[in-house]
Amino acid sequence: MSSNIGSMPLRYRVTIDRERCMECGRCIENCSYGVFRWDGDRILINSRNCTACHRCLAYCPRDAIMLEEHPCDYRSHPVWSRQVRESIYNQARTGKIILAGMGSVADLPIIFDHLMLDACQVTTPPTDPLREPVELRTYLGKKPSRLDFARKPNGDIEVSTELAPNLMLETPIMLGHMSYGAISLNAHLAMARAAKETGTYMGTGEGGLHPGLYPYQDRMIVQVASGRFGVNVDYLERGAAIELKLGQGAKPGIGGHLPGEKVSADVSRTRMIPEGSDAISPAPHHDVYGIEDLPQLVNSVKEATGWKKPVFAKIAAVNNNAENVAAIARSGVDAVAIDGFRGGTGAAPRVFRDHVGIPIEVAIATADRELRKQGLRNEVSLIACGSIRESADVVKAIALGADAVYIGTAALVAMGCRVCGNCYQGVCSWGIATQRPNLVARLDPDVASKQVANLIHAWTLEITELMGAAGINSIESLRGNRDRLRGYMLDEGLLEILDVKSVGA
Amino acid sequence: MDGSGIRQALSIMNERGSGEGAGYVAYGIYPDYRDCYALHVFLDHACESKAAVDATLEQWGAIEHDEAIPTCDQPNFRAACTPWRYFFKPDPSLAPGSATPEKDIITNLVMQINASPDGTEVISSGKNVGVFKAGGAGSWPETVADYYRIEDYEGYIWLAHNRYATSCPERWERPDPFNLHDWSIVENGKTTTYGANRRYIESFGYNCSTGTDSEVIAYTIDFLVRRHGLEIDLAIRALAPPYWDEIDRMPEAEQKLNRALRFAYGPATMNGPFTVVAANPDMMVGFTDRGKLRPMVVGECGDRLYIASEETAIRTMEPGVESITRPGAGEPVIGRVAP
Repeated sequence: MSSNIGSMPLRYRVTIDRERCMECGRCIENCSYGVFRWDGDRILINSRNCTACHRCLAYCPRDAIMLEEHPCDYRSHPVWSRQVRESIYNQARTGKIILAGMGSVADLPIIFDHLMLDACQVTTPPTDPLREPVELRTYLGKKPSRLDFARKPNGDIEVSTELAPNLMLETPIMLGHMSYGAISLNAHLAMARAAKETGTYMGTGEGGLHPGLYPYQDRMIVQVASGRFGVNVDYLERGAAIELKLGQGAKPGIGGHLPGEKVSADVSRTRMIPEGSDAISPAPHHDVYGIEDLPQLVNSVKEATGWKKPVFAKIAAVNNNAENVAAIARSGVDAVAIDGFRGGTGAAPRVFRDHVGIPIEVAIATADRELRKQGLRNEVSLIACGSIRESADVVKAIALGADAVYIGTAALVAMGCRVCGNCYQGVCSWGIATQRPNLVARLDPDVASKQVANLIHAWTLEITELMGAAGINSIESLRGNRDRLRGYMLDEGLLEILDVKSVGA
Repeated sequence: MDGSGIRQALSIMNERGSGEGAGYVAYGIYPDYRDCYALHVFLDHACESKAAVDATLEQWGAIEHDEAIPTCDQPNFRAACTPWRYFFKPDPSLAPGSATPEKDIITNLVMQINASPDGTEVISSGKNVGVFKAGGAGSWPETVADYYRIEDYEGYIWLAHNRYATSCPERWERPDPFNLHDWSIVENGKTTTYGANRRYIESFGYNCSTGTDSEVIAYTIDFLVRRHGLEIDLAIRALAPPYWDEIDRMPEAEQKLNRALRFAYGPATMNGPFTVVAANPDMMVGFTDRGKLRPMVVGECGDRLYIASEETAIRTMEPGVESITRPGAGEPVIGRVAP
C-alpha cells in the first residue's frame, strides 16, 4: 500500500571526492548495504542505503569518501524531534513495531561519567603495580557465610565447610552473551580464543554451542533462555557455567527475536530450529511463572550436570531490581548478571530499548545494598552489564558492588564494529552480526581474537593502575568500596540511592 | 608493669605524632573488680550525660561502683570531657539464647551509647581493663600519661598509641587504643578499605560511630573470634590474607583453608598500609598488611614480648632486650599470657 508521506530527508549523505578517487571499486566490494554500484566506469552512490557502518571509509585507499550525518534536517523543534517524526511516518506507513539494533540512543545522563575515582596521596601511599602485586583474580559463585573447622590428630586445622563451585577469572571482565545467530561464528571464535588467552569466560547467548567452539568449552558460559534453543544435556555439560536468561536490559519484559534472514543452515542446526524461520523466544520461561518455580529450574539444571557447575541468572534492571535479585539469591543461583537499560541487542523494539529499565549503576548499587541488608550477599556474585565502555566503568561498577562485568558492545567494537545499529538487518559489513558466508569471511578469527584479547589486557592494566593508585591490591577490597567514589553533579536523591558521597565530602 | 615504662617508650617516638592525641590501655588494672565489666566513659556533660548512661546501664544489669577516673591537670592541656568509670555486671538473663550473653549485652550497650547524640562515648568496656586517652592541642603521650597518672596502674599487658591527627584533632575518643570488652587495638596506618570493611561488620549489628580503622578492626576481630569461633591466627589471616599466587603454591589442604578464608571473609580483608597490635586478656598479637608498608619491630626479653613501630621504643623500656626481630610482611606475632 502506498502512502502520501514520500521519502524522508537523507539520514546520511555519502560523497566521493572524484579528484582523489582512483575508481578501484573497493567501496563497491565492501559495502553490503548497496550504497555503491558501477555505472559503466563510474561509481554511483545511493546514500539512502547507507547505515554509517564506515566499511567504505575504512577500506578506501585514497580517503576519497566522505560521510555526512543529517545533511538536511527537519525544521528544528524541541518536542517534535527528528526521531519522533520519523517514527510516526514509519508507523503510519507500516502499522508495525519499530525494530532497532545496539543499545539505547536515549540522550540521558550517564551516571558512570558523574562518578569520580579516588587516589591516595600522603596519608596513605599509593601501591605501585610495577613493584607490588595487585590482584585482579576474581571468583564468581557462592561464598560461605562462615566456616567450620576440624582439627586433625597432628594438630593441623582443616576446613570442613565444602566450598560451592566457583569460576576463577584472571580479570573481572567477561565477554557477555551474544548468540551464534545474532553474531557470526567467526565473531564467536574470536571471543572464545580471547577468553582463553586472557583467563576469562564468554557467554554463548541463547543460540546453542557450535561444534567449532567445543575446543574452548571450558571458557564458555552456556545460556538457557526462554526459547531453550540449542539446549540439551550435552550442551549443559560442555559449559564451565550455565546461565539462565530471565531478562535482557535492551528489552526488559519481552523475549528474544532472531530474524529468519540470519537463520542459516549452521545456525539452524546449532539452535535446533528450522532454517530461515524467525527464532522468537517467549517473554517468560514457561516453567517459571513465579519466583518459587525458579529453584526447581535451577535444581534441575544442577542435577543434570552433577552439581559441579555454577548457575547464573541474568535479569534486566527494572524498578524492583533489588527485590528480584534478593529473590534469586534464595533460589540456589550462584551469580546474578544485571543488565542495565543501556544494554545492547541485535534486535529490540525501539520503544523498549529506549524507555524501559533503569541504569546499571543504580541497579548494582541497590542490589548490593539489599543483599547485604538481608544477609544474602555471599549467596550470589553480582555481574554488571549493559554499556560497560571502558576500564573506569569496570572499576566504578565494582566499587558500587559488582563482582565482575560482562562486556558486549565493547568487544564487538574491538572487532571493528562501528555501532551503526543495523545488526537486525543481517548484512553486517564487518562480518560480525551476519551469517552471510562472504561477509563472515571478512572477520579473521585470529586477527579479531587478538584485538579482543588486547582490549581485555589493556583494560586489565588500567584497572591495575587505578587500584594501585587507590592503594587497593585485591578485587575484594574494591568491591562495594563506595567510599572510594565521589559523585560529581549528581542530585542528593541519587547520591543517597548509590550510597556515594558528593565530591568534596 | 606500671605505666611509666610505656610512657617513656611512647614519648621517645614523639616525632611520629602531632601532639594532638595519645592513649594507653592496660590489662589487669582492676583486680578488686575483676568480675565486673569496667566501662570507661567520656561524659561531655557530667550531670545530664551521666544520668542517661546510669539509666541505660541499670536497664541491663547492675552498677557495682562508679567514680570519676582520677586525673591530674597538666599545663597547656585542657580537658574536653569528664572521664568516668563504671564497674558493671550485666544481667545474662536479658540475652537469652546467646553463647556469650554478657558480651552481647556489653557490645550492644557500647553501640547504643556511642551512637546516641547524648555526648557520651564508651571508650573501653572489658573486665579488668581500661583505656586512658585524650585529644586536642597539647596531648603529647607524656602529657596524657601524666593527666591520667598511668604510673599508678599495674598491668600485665600495655598498649599505647601516639596520634598524628588528620581529622577531628580535638575529639578525645579518636586516638587509639580502641576497645570493645576483651579486645583492644592500636593501629599505625590507614586502610584503603575502611568503607567496605565497615559495611561488612555493620551488617552483623555492629555500629561504627567514630570513623576510625581501629574501631572497625576491634569489632571485626571480636566478630571473627567470638561469634565465628576463629582461632586468632586464622582471624588475622582473614584480615590480611596471603596473595593468590602464594595460596596456589601451598599444599592442597592449606590451599583449601586459605581459599575458604578469602571466600568467606573477603569483605573483611583490610587493604592499604597498617600495623595492628591487638590484645585481649590472654594474648597480645601484632600483624601488618601483606605488603608490610608500615614498620613492626618485635623484641623479646625473658617472658616479656614487645611490639613497636621503632626499636628505640623497645630499648627504652628494656635496655637489655635479648632479641630484636622484624617479621616479614603478613607474618603475625602472637604472644600468649602464661597460665
